[in-house]
Amino acid sequence: MCNVWFSYRDGDDVLKSVSIRVQQGEFLALIGQNGSGKTTLAKHLLGLLHPREGKVLIRGEDIHGKPVGEIARRVGYVFQNPDHQIFSATTREEISYGPRNLQLGEAEIVRRTERAMERFDLKVHAEQQPATLSFGTRRKVALASIYAMDPQIWILDEPTGGLDWRSEQATMTLLHELNEAGKTIVLITHDMRIVAEHAKRCIVMSEGRVVAIDETRRIMEQAGVLEITPPQVWRLACAFDLQPLSLTAEEFCWEYGRRLATESEISVSRS
Amino acid sequence: MTVVIQDLSYAYPDGDWALRDVSLRVEQGEFLSIMGANGAGKSTLCLALNGIVPQATGGRIRGNVTVDGMNTKEHPVATFAQQVGIVFQNPESQLFSATVEAEVAFGLENLGLPRDEMQDRVGWALDLLRIDDLRDRSPSQLSGGERHRLAIASVLAMSPKILVLDEPSANLDPTGRSELLSALKDLKSTAGLTVIMAEHESELIAEFSDRIAVLDSGRLTKLETPERLFSDIDGMRALGLGVPQVSEVAACLNRKFGVGLNLTRYQDAHRSLRALLNAR
Repeated sequence: MCNVWFSYRDGDDVLKSVSIRVQQGEFLALIGQNGSGKTTLAKHLLGLLHPREGKVLIRGEDIHGKPVGEIARRVGYVFQNPDHQIFSATTREEISYGPRNLQLGEAEIVRRTERAMERFDLKVHAEQQPATLSFGTRRKVALASIYAMDPQIWILDEPTGGLDWRSEQATMTLLHELNEAGKTIVLITHDMRIVAEHAKRCIVMSEGRVVAIDETRRIMEQAGVLEITPPQVWRLACAFDLQPLSLTAEEFCWEYGRRLATESEISVSRS
Repeated sequence: MTVVIQDLSYAYPDGDWALRDVSLRVEQGEFLSIMGANGAGKSTLCLALNGIVPQATGGRIRGNVTVDGMNTKEHPVATFAQQVGIVFQNPESQLFSATVEAEVAFGLENLGLPRDEMQDRVGWALDLLRIDDLRDRSPSQLSGGERHRLAIASVLAMSPKILVLDEPSANLDPTGRSELLSALKDLKSTAGLTVIMAEHESELIAEFSDRIAVLDSGRLTKLETPERLFSDIDGMRALGLGVPQVSEVAACLNRKFGVGLNLTRYQDAHRSLRALLNAR
């Protein structure tokens, strides 16, 4: 994105001179408070919104004027609210809608739909109306619909919000598998524990501007200035002056355990 | 104002039992969180607290829910509007006014309150949820998190005795969550507000809850304090549920050093871990 400005009709600027570059195969988190412009930015990458000024380029090509369907071949977007994405009468129809729009052959549409239902444990709900499913299951339907389209770039808006721990783990495992297969992952989230454990790099937004782009560890180090709250173990590691600071519970236990052992040795030698 | 749930079982039309023999008593001024895997029945239980389940949803019901002694099956849902405020999981389904201010005022107009009091309550609720600067905006122009805050403000402006929140963290940023729950904690101690919150976010639950009810396939399987519940990581994981990061740390250090830690909240963890270092 190059110098993108955007405002909704008659409103204030929601994106202000936003310039970012996302590399192929990255695992990137887009973070910031409610209303900071994260979702608006993501919708530009899909061609759902167009900048008032500036450009959005995918693989060097300006996407302005390109049909949304064409962009959707490359960029998959999982909405924050699955109900904004789901509209078919059955789960099977919903998941096959994307591949059908890609004008694939019938056999390929069936293959992709079945594979996506299997990957997300949705076969049992195949003929059910998605609206009757629980929120977490509707989220899985939304993810499976994008999975069936097999885009190169995945943008996920709060994909773990409202999910239980097991489903959250399954979602993050999926995103890692996709990333390892070369897909680009852009994760919009408030969950700093997920950011710390999974994202390699972060873009921080505030009031429509990009205020920081850096490796996750560097972003956590600037938490105070950026007004973000790092995970509990990072804050504890700061409080105990552990080095390196911990991104995960395992890292914290290792470093704190070393400190504990050192203190014991000192105490033994003193006595 | 006490909520008593007695042997409650409920099935949606053409559906299996979503709740099975749930019995639970929530005292005035209590902060009760409800945890459970997706589809465990948390939202259904929330909707049963003012009679939306079964009055609006139909289906089969056994057992009773009473609010201040009134059975929610026997009185219209509107009867409970001033006692039980519910913020849905998807707040968009409860927003329909042209502006943020009108949305918060809507419920109050229906109560026929004097204009001054109405304005005071609207201002108080907008301020509490930090959306005062958005009061002239259309709800449709707000972000997901801002819409969620608006829905909560609209319900709180009605001064309910019992506030039911269905997954507030799904849309709110960390600052918004903490501010909201700190404000609710104040209302709990100053006005005796009862809070019942269905939620997955274990760190938020640990910080604010007095007790936690865990549902599994519609059954109430645990009813514990955060300290007791989150010390059993394996039990929680078996139910598909997470624990606070500091509880993971405690389990890990207990395994390695046999130090007998039980950590659920950040501040307590900080104190205990400092004390452990000082004791060596």
